[in-house]
Amino acid sequence: METIKVQDIAVNDLPWVIEHHADRCTLCGSCVASCTFGSIKPVVERQSITVSQANQPTPLHRRIAVPIIQQVADLAKACRGCGMCERVCPNQAIHPRRNPDSRKTLLSRDNGPVKRGGRTNLNAQRTLDNIVVGRISQMTDPSLDAQRHTFDIRAPFGRVLAANELPLKMENGKLLMAKKTPPVQWIYPLIFSDMSIGALSTRAWEAVALACAYLNEKCGLPVRMSSGEGGMPVKLLESEYLKYFIIQIASGHFGWNRIIKAMPHMVTDPGGVLIKIGQGAKPGDGGLLQAEKVAEHVQAIRGVPKATLASPPNHQGLYSIEESVQKMHLSMNAAFGFRVPVAIKCAASATSVSVYNNLLRDPYKICGGFFIDGIQGGTGAANEVSLDHTGHPIVSKIRDCYLAAVKQGLQGQIPLFGGGGIGMTGNAAADAFKMICLGANGVFCGKILIQLLGCVGNEKGRCNSCNTGKCPTGICTQDPRLVKRLDVDRGAQKIVDYVLTFDQELRKLMAPIGNSSLPVGRSDALVSTDKAIADKLGIQYVC
Amino acid sequence: MCRIGSIKSKVPVHPSKALHLMLPQQEGHDNSGFAMVMQDLYGIFSNYKDKPLLSLACTQAGAHLVEEYMDSHNFLQLAEWIPVPDKKPDLDIQAMPYYIFRNYDYPEHCDSKEEREELLLDTRLALREILDCAGEGYVYSFWPDVLTLKEIGDPRDIATYFRLWDDNGCLVAKNIIAQCRQNTNYDIVRYAAHPFFLQGYTLCANGENTFYTKNKEFQKSLHRGYIGFESDSQNFLYTLHYVLHELKWPLPYYKHVITPLPFAEIDQREDREVLKAIRQSLANLEINGPNTIIAGLPDGRMMTCCDSKKLRPVVLGGDDTMVAISSEVCGLNEILPHRDMTKDIYPNEREIVVIDNELEVKRWKQ
Ligand code: SF4
Ligand code: SF4
Repeated sequence: METIKVQDIAVNDLPWVIEHHADRCTLCGSCVASCTFGSIKPVVERQSITVSQANQPTPLHRRIAVPIIQQVADLAKACRGCGMCERVCPNQAIHPRRNPDSRKTLLSRDNGPVKRGGRTNLNAQRTLDNIVVGRISQMTDPSLDAQRHTFDIRAPFGRVLAANELPLKMENGKLLMAKKTPPVQWIYPLIFSDMSIGALSTRAWEAVALACAYLNEKCGLPVRMSSGEGGMPVKLLESEYLKYFIIQIASGHFGWNRIIKAMPHMVTDPGGVLIKIGQGAKPGDGGLLQAEKVAEHVQAIRGVPKATLASPPNHQGLYSIEESVQKMHLSMNAAFGFRVPVAIKCAASATSVSVYNNLLRDPYKICGGFFIDGIQGGTGAANEVSLDHTGHPIVSKIRDCYLAAVKQGLQGQIPLFGGGGIGMTGNAAADAFKMICLGANGVFCGKILIQLLGCVGNEKGRCNSCNTGKCPTGICTQDPRLVKRLDVDRGAQKIVDYVLTFDQELRKLMAPIGNSSLPVGRSDALVSTDKAIADKLGIQYVC
Repeated sequence: MCRIGSIKSKVPVHPSKALHLMLPQQEGHDNSGFAMVMQDLYGIFSNYKDKPLLSLACTQAGAHLVEEYMDSHNFLQLAEWIPVPDKKPDLDIQAMPYYIFRNYDYPEHCDSKEEREELLLDTRLALREILDCAGEGYVYSFWPDVLTLKEIGDPRDIATYFRLWDDNGCLVAKNIIAQCRQNTNYDIVRYAAHPFFLQGYTLCANGENTFYTKNKEFQKSLHRGYIGFESDSQNFLYTLHYVLHELKWPLPYYKHVITPLPFAEIDQREDREVLKAIRQSLANLEINGPNTIIAGLPDGRMMTCCDSKKLRPVVLGGDDTMVAISSEVCGLNEILPHRDMTKDIYPNEREIVVIDNELEVKRWKQ
């Protein structure tokens, strides 16, 4: 008998335990081939069996060697619960089971902070599910007809001037614009949020981009997609479709070399520029792309060697962050001839209201949108400690910012977009609608898009391996073999279908409150069954 | 529910005319009150058309407070009309002790039009505040050639109380905007009854404004006169005042502000740049919901328009001497039975219809 080595990792220390039914297994090997993490392996097991074959009991005892599938007891190769093995098994002989007694969190810190992708796994509370649309038009104030009436589901993107600041002149009783005003585009209130090429596989990025272009060209929905910090393919930069894309610039400035070189060849302006200051999933922490994922094409697009790419947590300036952000705003505005809205994205924080106030009071009026990203936002790679223990919920933050603007009579001048957990339970339209009633002009979402493509990750520790380069669904990896797992067209179609339903569902929510345009700030349309939430958000408490 | 009506006439008419316009529509308005704004006054006010007229309902203490304030702010009283009520038993009216209609002369050194407009507003707001704090009364308007009367009760009884059926020539005007209902949605507050008045603009609305919260939150910081918000219809007035008086935009743009065209339509138009800018800058003044409004402008013109889905009706009809606007055609039939009905106008969802001082009716398509 062996001595027990208690410090060794055992399968029952891992978050997922593989259950393999040798009796059903035909040893096809599909599961082992599908597991990108090397979490299972075929081994030969010694078994003893007793069989009786005659009419009377004639037990015959034999020892045989049987090949079986065994889980690897190794933290680095721990099963992620992705379920690929289960998917491919023709005989339902294998599946992962969540292990409530996992010790992985405790034991896996030997080599510095644990890194992973996905969303926060600790702060998955859902304020939005405690809010319902409770102001339904009845009798004197008829509901609209979601099928028959026209709805103007659009959000401004760009710096909106107060009416008395508009450079209007009068001629023959008609108002004319005497001077240029900052660019404002009316876009769909759902923005595909910034996931870079690099974080995503080119195919996954392409699928999202394809869905975006299709929604614009074929469905008449002006959905915008943010490039993420990682540049864009030159072909796209030089195409007509560029107008549907918001180019992101973050502290690493990755990809801008190419963007700037492409500028003289651009046939249209981009849909906007988004300056990323911070990200809800890991506020105060810069972007992170681990060397495993910096494949050749990523090196080319970003103009970097193969190495772990960490964007600094701040935009660096000579004097202060404000100064560099200001400069960046100005240069981005200038770069596209003041024709393209330039917005800013920050992680939600206890200080968001001050940031928003600063932007609102900025005399140059250069900020065309304030994107606030809450703690439930997703990421391709972050330190787990940041993901789970830093950040700020988005719902009250959007409300606070909106109300801060209301107090000054400046609401609507810098459009507010909220993200981080929108659609977490699959119901993005309801989430978006409630955010809009609380003061957002629109929402942005990323994680649900890749979930529509096939990502199986969730907030209960399933998969979350986007940082490893081994994404089992081919979404978050640069490994050409894995990337092939993703069907681009099917993925894009899934996103398109989802957004079309999102649009219908928004109408279904706008109709009963009698609104044909977005009810931005219509907090009177919402009620909450949670007193604390109602009080905090200034909506009616009901029970 | 609400019904609204207005009369614009070449010859001054009595308030009873407005009551006759409104009463046939009573099934729709619940008879819970009567309120009217008269403009372009004749009869006892003929000689003071250029002097501001204060319309007040108050207690004795309230009247003192007002006098004190006006004296100390150098307003000189010129004329006064205090109706002697007909206190028949069993009248359904929650009368205030005093109704005071009083003309003042402007204080010295207040000569320009703008200065006077601001002073009159400030004075009304100050009086409102004083009376509110003391709980001693209500001030409805303070403006030259404009009289406001509002009361809670049955409109017929209110008219009896104020002797409005007498038609004795003392109280007549060329423009009257009226409504026969107190607020049935929220608390019964005298200030919540339309028509509402602000610096020469009068407005009555029938319907709902589902963007009330948005409008209110925005209007609160736009102008000191935008207060109260006892009714979602005040939003219509404040926006009218903001667009015409503050921004000084022509009237057709009011419609573009409250019911902007859908983006798809804006994009087809030559003036898209301006329309888009207006829509985005004044997104918080957009009005949603079913509604119709009737408004009186400082220059005496009267206008009507309705929501962009045409969920609330309104009709306009008249003859050479009188044109009336009414929620229901039965009101017009009562006071203008011999008009050419084929010329009645039912404004569509994209129209503003304006009656000018020569009773010419203009229709502007948005
Ligand atoms: S669930 Fe995923 S990680 Fe676990 S063994 Fe199966 S394929 Fe490998
Ligand atoms: S399936 Fe891919 S994208 Fe989804 S959590 Fe796993 S590694 Fe990340």
